[in-house]
Amino acid sequence: MSDNQQSSELRIGFIGNPNCGKTTLFNAYTGAKLKVANWPGVTVEKKEGQFQYHNHLYSLVDLPGIYSLTCYTMEEKVSREYIMSDEVDVIVDVADASALERNLYLTLQLIELGKPVVLALNMMDIVEERGMEIDLHRLPEMLGIPVIPVSARRKTGLDILMHAASHHKGQKHLDPLIHEHKNSSHHQHDHHSEFAMVYSDEIEDKIDQVKERLKQAYPEMENYRWHAIKFLEQDEDVMERYSKVDVSDIVEHSYEKQIINEKYDFIEEIIEECLVNKDKQAAFTDRVDAILTHRIWGVPIFLCIMALVFFLTFTVGDWLKGYFEIGIERVEVWLAAGLAYVKAGDLLTSLIVDGIVAGVGGILTFLPNIFILFLALAFLEDSGYMSRVAYVMDSIMGRVGLSGRAFIPMLLGFGCSVPAIMASRALEDKRDRYKTILITPFMSCSARLPIYVIFSEMFFEKHAMLVAYSLYLIGIVVALLTAVILRVKEKGSHSNMLLIELPEYKTPNGRSIAIYVWTKVKDYLTKAGTTIFIASIIVWALLNFGPHGLTSDMSDSFASIIGKVLVPVFAPVGLGYWQIVVALISGIAAKEIVVSSTSVLFGIANINSAAGMNSMVDALSAIGFGGANAYALMVFCLLYVPCAATLATIRKETQSTRFMLGAMAFQMVVAWFVAFLVYHVALTLI
Amino acid sequence: MTLLDGKRRSTYRVTDMKEPLDTERRLEALGLTQGTPITILNYKRRGAVIVKVRGTRFAMGREIAAGILVEEMESEGHTNE
Repeated sequence: MSDNQQSSELRIGFIGNPNCGKTTLFNAYTGAKLKVANWPGVTVEKKEGQFQYHNHLYSLVDLPGIYSLTCYTMEEKVSREYIMSDEVDVIVDVADASALERNLYLTLQLIELGKPVVLALNMMDIVEERGMEIDLHRLPEMLGIPVIPVSARRKTGLDILMHAASHHKGQKHLDPLIHEHKNSSHHQHDHHSEFAMVYSDEIEDKIDQVKERLKQAYPEMENYRWHAIKFLEQDEDVMERYSKVDVSDIVEHSYEKQIINEKYDFIEEIIEECLVNKDKQAAFTDRVDAILTHRIWGVPIFLCIMALVFFLTFTVGDWLKGYFEIGIERVEVWLAAGLAYVKAGDLLTSLIVDGIVAGVGGILTFLPNIFILFLALAFLEDSGYMSRVAYVMDSIMGRVGLSGRAFIPMLLGFGCSVPAIMASRALEDKRDRYKTILITPFMSCSARLPIYVIFSEMFFEKHAMLVAYSLYLIGIVVALLTAVILRVKEKGSHSNMLLIELPEYKTPNGRSIAIYVWTKVKDYLTKAGTTIFIASIIVWALLNFGPHGLTSDMSDSFASIIGKVLVPVFAPVGLGYWQIVVALISGIAAKEIVVSSTSVLFGIANINSAAGMNSMVDALSAIGFGGANAYALMVFCLLYVPCAATLATIRKETQSTRFMLGAMAFQMVVAWFVAFLVYHVALTLI
Repeated sequence: MTLLDGKRRSTYRVTDMKEPLDTERRLEALGLTQGTPITILNYKRRGAVIVKVRGTRFAMGREIAAGILVEEMESEGHTNE
């Protein structure tokens, strides 16, 4: 797993509820030096990091945020399996001290597992701010595990927590327990000195009976009590694994509800004894929520916030983008000069300058936009507002059969489909998520804007702006129509089940935001970069090679051969010109390439200049390509197969090549039909 | 009555849940079981409901809220001010 297997390596699993500040705490230890991957076979993120402290190598694993250790969700299953495996020495249970009641439920389940657990009471600063107090002497007495107060944001208590973890390693028994239960048990054993969580006599008797059966059938088993409890809950996973024992005479029905209730009863007891001033609730969050989730103002406020995010992304982003473009042009010139100096062949020069730098550089120019977009989103997420969006947009999105949360990825799609599809992770329901992934590319991304700008200026002059707007509108309509059609197809077999925690508002943490943005940017650069890199080379090769080898005449290249074969397919939508077909194919590498390919294919030097545009119009008119064709082309570009980077992201996020291919086919068909419709309507109008 | 019949800023007690199995499981893991007090913080006409259960706020869709049967609490509703 790690490069240097030290003898004193300590493997720690970080676990906790969503929104408990677990990732902030994790980041406080590892910084940005973390490995982000998926757990094998599932799209649940796995974060790993290492750091050195007092001759110990600490390997930390950040487990997904979960509320319980049952195995109903993917996250719960992954966490439970990992924690029960031998891969982890100590469990650090991160709890939001300001919402102790909720967080202790998972703690009780973890203690029952019988592995060494240390409770990290996070957000102690917020507890203090609110005037609440936690009895840090009584709490460990009641739980039987070390309790360490920390603040991940203020970086307090971090060393003590690791110290406790390393000391607690290998400790299978609980620390001394002191309970003062009101109605004490008449049970034959005195469980109260043994286990933190003791159930009612009825349950305890059943646990004992099941335990006996398990001891006979599985003498090697560890932690009989936990397994017995799971049998009482009729946990599918455990019952399947230990199918040799039949306990149906003892466990005549599932005791799960009773077990949950008794755990919460015990938590109430703990809260009563350990939490002072618990009624001093966060009035601040209530006051903010009264405005932000207002039944009338909620939606307009949200739209204003998003407008601000887009304003920042596109004005500030484009301003930075200008400098990026200048920089890349310089690199291009400098590289060409350098290559000429070392007398590199024309072929190599062309590959590097026209192929790789043009392709990869084109993607790099979007980096400022992506950076600002994610900075703004991280801010909204970390402050706690993002989950409110789900509530605010729920009724509107519900009408097209999508959950409120799906609105965020769709909106991001106007910027770039890659991060937008990545953002669909926030959707809990798998079907919701796939639907969102399918329709997000219809939201016109910024890379398609150059196509609209060039073609609408060339063919629609005064109405160019209007034409460009209409494309954004068509994208939204197609996306929503797709969602509605999919909902009709499902026939209400599944209604939208929104259930999401609304965390307390807090000041966003700079470090968390920085790390979040950095990992996203890195993801964009590496994943998208490698795909674009390869795609650029392929497109370049197709344009420069033909059946007779290297060719400078593009009509003799492989690209033109492919284009000519496909012309009949594109003729009905007004795009039956091989150059246009080739440009569209190259556009799969990246959408803005459609513009550069068209200019290259028609031999126009500088398409952005007025002279270039005029000669382009002349060239296109000469082959009968007019306004209707141009509009059809733009509509087709809006809707057809998204760029390679997006396709790679779709595949990565769904872990399914089939879904990706299916999505490609679907988008192709939709693009063809809508372009067909638009072309023929336009022909009659123009 | 169901949660949808409740008033803003009022606390009720859960008497029963009529939900699909997996939804019920998710609610239980969040601590929403029979007998749990639940406070309605906000809701929208034809929209989701914001509730507070065991100290945590949740937004839940109408379909879920409609399946949660509640009764008035004997004591007067607790507010956060």
